[in-house]
Amino acid sequence: MKFSPYKLLVPALALLAGSTIYGCKPGKAGSSVDADAAQKVYVAPGKYDEVYAFLSGGFSGQVAAYGIPSGRLLKVIPVFSQNPENGYGYSEETKPMLNTSHGFVPWDDSHHPELSKTNGEDDGRWLFINGNNTPRIARIDLATFKTAEIIELPNIGGNHASPFCTENTEYVVGNTRFSEPLDNNKTDNSIASFKQTFKGAVSFVKVNKDNGAMNLAFQLIVPAFNYDLAHAGKGPSHDWIFFTCYNTEQAHTLLEVNASQRDKDFIMAVNWKKAEELIAAGKGTKISAKYAHNVYNEKTHAATSVMESETQTIDITKFPGLVYYMPCPKSPHGVDVSPDGLSIVASGKLAAVIPVFSYQKMLDAIDKKQYDGMVEGNIPVLKYEAVLRGEVKKPGLGPLHTEFDDKGYAYTTMFVSSEVVKWKLDNLEIIDRIPSYYSPGHLSVVGGDSKKPFGKYLLSLNKITKDRYLPTGPELAQACQLIDITGNKMKLLLDFPTIGKPHYAQMILADKILKNQVKFFKLEDNKNAFATKSEKDTKVVRNGNRVDVYMTAIRSHLAPDNIEGIKIGDEVYVHVTNLEQDWDVPHGFAIKGANNAELLVMPGETCTLKWAPGLAGIVPFYCTDFCSALHQEMQGYFRVSPAGSNVPIKFSIGENPVTQ
Amino acid sequence: MVLENTIHFVNPPIMKTHTRVLISISCVLMLSAYILPLWHILLDAPQYPEGLEMKIWLNGLSGSIDQINGLNHYIGMKFISVDDFKEFKILPFVFGALTLIGIAAGIAKSRKLLWTWFIGLCLFAIVGFSDFYMWEYSYGHNLNPHAAIKVEGMNYQPPLFGYKQLLNFTAGSLPDTGGILVGLGGVLAATALFYKPRISPNKIK
Repeated sequence: MKFSPYKLLVPALALLAGSTIYGCKPGKAGSSVDADAAQKVYVAPGKYDEVYAFLSGGFSGQVAAYGIPSGRLLKVIPVFSQNPENGYGYSEETKPMLNTSHGFVPWDDSHHPELSKTNGEDDGRWLFINGNNTPRIARIDLATFKTAEIIELPNIGGNHASPFCTENTEYVVGNTRFSEPLDNNKTDNSIASFKQTFKGAVSFVKVNKDNGAMNLAFQLIVPAFNYDLAHAGKGPSHDWIFFTCYNTEQAHTLLEVNASQRDKDFIMAVNWKKAEELIAAGKGTKISAKYAHNVYNEKTHAATSVMESETQTIDITKFPGLVYYMPCPKSPHGVDVSPDGLSIVASGKLAAVIPVFSYQKMLDAIDKKQYDGMVEGNIPVLKYEAVLRGEVKKPGLGPLHTEFDDKGYAYTTMFVSSEVVKWKLDNLEIIDRIPSYYSPGHLSVVGGDSKKPFGKYLLSLNKITKDRYLPTGPELAQACQLIDITGNKMKLLLDFPTIGKPHYAQMILADKILKNQVKFFKLEDNKNAFATKSEKDTKVVRNGNRVDVYMTAIRSHLAPDNIEGIKIGDEVYVHVTNLEQDWDVPHGFAIKGANNAELLVMPGETCTLKWAPGLAGIVPFYCTDFCSALHQEMQGYFRVSPAGSNVPIKFSIGENPVTQ
Repeated sequence: MVLENTIHFVNPPIMKTHTRVLISISCVLMLSAYILPLWHILLDAPQYPEGLEMKIWLNGLSGSIDQINGLNHYIGMKFISVDDFKEFKILPFVFGALTLIGIAAGIAKSRKLLWTWFIGLCLFAIVGFSDFYMWEYSYGHNLNPHAAIKVEGMNYQPPLFGYKQLLNFTAGSLPDTGGILVGLGGVLAATALFYKPRISPNKIK
């Protein structure tokens, strides 16, 4: 029989065909994009978005405000980083905002925006954000979208578990990600002395309920673990706040292995009300600590920085009943409290389940002393089974953070399996899952950490971008996705890039913020020491080598606009007051060769640029914000004479026949 | 009684109740001029979707006057300042005197006073609108020759009533709530004077 190779082709081809059918990769879920997505995110020209989303800038150190559902960037609010665009952190008025015990630190790593709350609901007054690197908490005034206050936190390493607030914004908290010896321990400690000398410090920053003013009320000295996140109780659990801690192994090297050994780390439950009472009863210990407290005054349009010198502390081991630990599987990350305040959802980032703890069971376990050992000798660890309400089974891989909607559902991000999982809060059953692109960290639901979530929209804030947008070389913008959570199934609506790293976000109905918006500052209220409220008061004053220029800006001229008598070696302070009293008429101010930045001066505001002229000659200055039809005419000249010359101070502006 | 007789002598008792009701309503409406703006000038431009507004009261101006002055400097218009208008010092008294005549007419049941009042109101309106027009003319035409924006043949006189396009601005000039109420009061005053209800035949008997 003649062998024909062609006959073999038939089964070979059949096999090939079969393998392409059955050998496909396991099915990926079909598109999760809502068929009506375009309609749902379209905000017609001239119309407003329904929701403000405040996204932290992560390593940018700032906060960005976006409109939702359109995903339009509305404003980058400078907080911890200098912003040459408007002079924040460069102008003499705003430089003190970035002062710390380490000197001027013009950058940070901003992680968690937190809206102020009244009765557990977002009230739209302030937004707090933590500086993770040089431990700080900032307060942004949502009437002006300006950073109003920054307080540094002493005794801690990285302020990560921050700035979560209690139910009525009585306190915003901070806690250390990197435990370290307390600041007053001046010994040259070795790193290996970790277990003996390192500590954590839970900072409670009191917030004045009328004006938002912050002060460091007290710090609880806690074991040297890594403290990751926090959330305060609400309603019945009002008096408590919960922190996650990992590295209970207390490793100080190769943490990725050494801090992942234990099966369970802890949720640390703190009775803040009790701590407050202890402090009021004088049980606190004052210790020396150096930390900056920087306040921006809206009337002087200027910040002041005060270096504080002490703080009150409470050693938790000396006051039983203040702190309890609840075991939580595998390096817990997020800890979130349900809207009714009764369930505490924790996410072990390496765990296979999401444990849900019961506030009531926690109280019972405390009453019945259902302990499973002690930390540092006398701080009870409650029995896992005693405090557990239940576990969300097989939620996905790498659960991180949970927020809630208005219909009794919870949403948890899965970092490793790159998805958001929806589950039912009462029976802990999984309802739905939707992919994230890629690897979400935090997520945000409108009002999702409050007592009354609004629901509707969910933002998935992602850590990896890859192919989501047109590539921009190796460095890509980071990504977030907007998800519709109104239906039983989650639907992807929009995918948009963000500034910096969108570490976490909070979303709030726009109406709550719109009603308080400031359109411009009243000139008559301007109390800046260098304000010039009328063009006829403009002047140039020399005092030694310091020259103060009292300048005004109005469409379309800067006054004075011819200034002579400046010399090399002078320090020139140009104080620009914007005389406009109308909405959206800022003026810019820029000097050729200025080594710091330009200014952007809002109507009624005074800003000061310090300028040390480096080269003799004629130096132009001008308005950088296209303010009017004659903006290009809004300019002037400095004459900079060589050091030691005798040119007298002289300033002028041409006669303006129209305004006389 | 002597007093009653005297009044009857001067004013034959012909003023009906409805006339006096009309007069009193009219006077109440007139008094609104003291608490509500009479007139307003509206300015709309692409850059001012929210609009700029100047309200004219019996005794002054209010609204976005600074913004309007800020814009007017480009075309060299004189700055609008309340102090420049002597009218605002006189108007409250003139108008008050007029309204008193109306009240007196009602109390005294005097048609003579009613006529005086009506004619006074007419004169007030004519003089008022003429004065308003003169000011508008003056502001619109007396422009500084050094102004940044000069358009050949262009004047910036706002309309006396209604709307007009002035470069990028649509200018409107319309009565405000007080003005509408005063106008209504004027109509009622005229009605009081001229309206005679038909007396039904069966009442003649």
